[in-house]
Amino acid sequence: MKKVFALLLLCTLSLACRAESGIKIEHADVDIFDQLSVIRGAGYFADYCLGCHGLKQIRYSRIAKDLRISEPKLRELILFGDTKIHEAVNTAMGPKTAETAFGVVPPDLSLVTRTRGADWVYSYLRGFYDDHKRPFGVNNIFSPNVAMPNPLWPLQGPQKPVLDRVDGKLEIVGVEREGRGSMTPAEFDKAVNDIVNFLAYVAEPSALQRIPMGKFVIAFLLFLTYLCYLLKKEYWKDID
Amino acid sequence: MSDKAGSFREWLDERLPVTKFLEDQLLKYYAPKNFNFLYFFGSLALLVLVNQIVTGIVLAMHYKPAAELAFDSVEYIMRDVDWGWLLRYLHSTGASLFFVVIYMHMFRAIFYGSFKKPRELLWLFGMVIFVLLMAEAFMGYLLPWGQMSYWGAQVIISLFGAIPVVGEDLATWIKGDFVIADATLNRFFALHVIAVPLAILGLVVLHLAALRTTGSNNPDGIEIKKNRDLLGIPKDGIPFHPYYTVKDLYVAGLFITIFAWIVFYSPEMGGLFLEHPNFDPADPMKTPEHIQPVWYFTPFYSILRAVPSKLGGVMAMGASIVVLFLLPWLDRCPVKSIRYRSPLFKIALLAFVLSFIGLGVLGTKPVTETYTLMARFFSVIYFAFFLLLPIFSSVEITKPVPERLTEPVIPLSKREGFQWRLIEEGIRALKDSPHVDKAKDTLSKVRDKITRR
Repeated sequence: MKKVFALLLLCTLSLACRAESGIKIEHADVDIFDQLSVIRGAGYFADYCLGCHGLKQIRYSRIAKDLRISEPKLRELILFGDTKIHEAVNTAMGPKTAETAFGVVPPDLSLVTRTRGADWVYSYLRGFYDDHKRPFGVNNIFSPNVAMPNPLWPLQGPQKPVLDRVDGKLEIVGVEREGRGSMTPAEFDKAVNDIVNFLAYVAEPSALQRIPMGKFVIAFLLFLTYLCYLLKKEYWKDID
Repeated sequence: MSDKAGSFREWLDERLPVTKFLEDQLLKYYAPKNFNFLYFFGSLALLVLVNQIVTGIVLAMHYKPAAELAFDSVEYIMRDVDWGWLLRYLHSTGASLFFVVIYMHMFRAIFYGSFKKPRELLWLFGMVIFVLLMAEAFMGYLLPWGQMSYWGAQVIISLFGAIPVVGEDLATWIKGDFVIADATLNRFFALHVIAVPLAILGLVVLHLAALRTTGSNNPDGIEIKKNRDLLGIPKDGIPFHPYYTVKDLYVAGLFITIFAWIVFYSPEMGGLFLEHPNFDPADPMKTPEHIQPVWYFTPFYSILRAVPSKLGGVMAMGASIVVLFLLPWLDRCPVKSIRYRSPLFKIALLAFVLSFIGLGVLGTKPVTETYTLMARFFSVIYFAFFLLLPIFSSVEITKPVPERLTEPVIPLSKREGFQWRLIEEGIRALKDSPHVDKAKDTLSKVRDKITRR
């Protein structure tokens, strides 16, 4: 019986310390309450992403309200052409055009930080490298053979893969810069982080309301529970 | 009470037995006085049920049960409906906590032998509620129409296909189409919001009626009705109201606080309560690399995967639930509470609980050779517990059961076994440490500050 028990414990323990595999994902510094970063991210998104990817689950008016920016400022930042402010943030590229250009329709990114995680998006945007076998001349270490070109290339500059021997085979283990972009590496990382921050906000705008509210709700509930506890104590004092 | 209210009550009582019902159910219902924390999960389950129904009704006002609209309508609730995010998180967190509460409630029943004679029917009603709850949760999970909703349902419904002869037709009949599609979503919506909740409510009434007939068990596993005073009131019983109503109120407060913490700070619970792939809309053309059910189904899912053949897996999974129904007849030990049962039973129950948790953890992992081996090992323990129970419970050497109730929680010093001595030592060491004194000092200073204000 003791042996069975020991084996049980061993099994449970070995589950806890499972080895990680794959290329390490970088950690993004996500803070949707950093309003300036989210606004900067919205600008980058409009300039570099919105051409192909939409954010159909959110309206421009909601972004304006949450980030406290006026319509003229919004028109400068992300709201282009004759799009109305109450419309959803859709991409101008039609699905047919997209399919001709890329072979697939670029996914809507409204919830991408909830499905893939903010860290993954951050790493992915920094993970492109030159690969002349691919139609757009780039590949990505976090999503091999992805159909997407690297729109941030002018900012980042070209990157090349880092190769290393893993179990006797030559494999790509990372990327490094090969040339110069318009931004320094630190500036670029910050810009990518801004985009991720914006996407994290778009994935769940209600978090701006939810998180600050929590402490008041919990403080109230604790107070209420304390009163209930006093009531219980009062009633139960004559039960031995 | 004022005269007017009094006369209204009289008027009402002549037409409907309101006062009598409340008196019988609350004031004259005597519950054992030594309930400990394991006894709160029944009333908490009722609380969560009410939460699910109320939030569910409002969610149904905004949700669209159509394949083309469902996913976006959930996001619409999350973004455009006032407080929609709160309703949705209350409902999704409630679903997971329902299972936490129900698993604790079932564990309590096994721990203190609450399923035994004369409470077999009470246990059976509870088990039917559990199965209905699983059906309710399964169908509810399809409604957001995300990738995991779709492919999870695909895996579970295809299990019916493993049944010989009628299997494939049965699976098609359930889906209402040859694949999971709009028809499936629409009927699951109907079942989720009307049929199953109605059945659950009816069974909860039966469950409570059976409980009121036999009376509650207690941590000592003694029938308090055997010791009555001259008025016929159990000596160890206290009226449910006000004693347990106020106590339940206090515990409900604690529970709702934890509930609120999850809703406001961690509604996804790291992907356990709301799975990450489910934020991708359902795509019948793209199978996710790793399909897993929500955490509360994973123990049974692990058993399913542990058996090499599909039909065998389905049968094993079915059997793992059926054996729970049989528990009152599998356990032959006349002693109810674990307090007075043999060490053998304690070890067996511990092994069972650990294997259940182990299966649960494994169910969230992708299939590998080691994990499959472990899942098989845990599955064997799971079934061995039930199969060996009739044998060892009939020859168990039990301790003498007291005549009257004892403590809600046995104090450490009275417990036998080296592990309790170790814990006792640890607590003593903690008490002697200067850090604890320091912490107490700081705490009293803070308290002083607050009260002075």
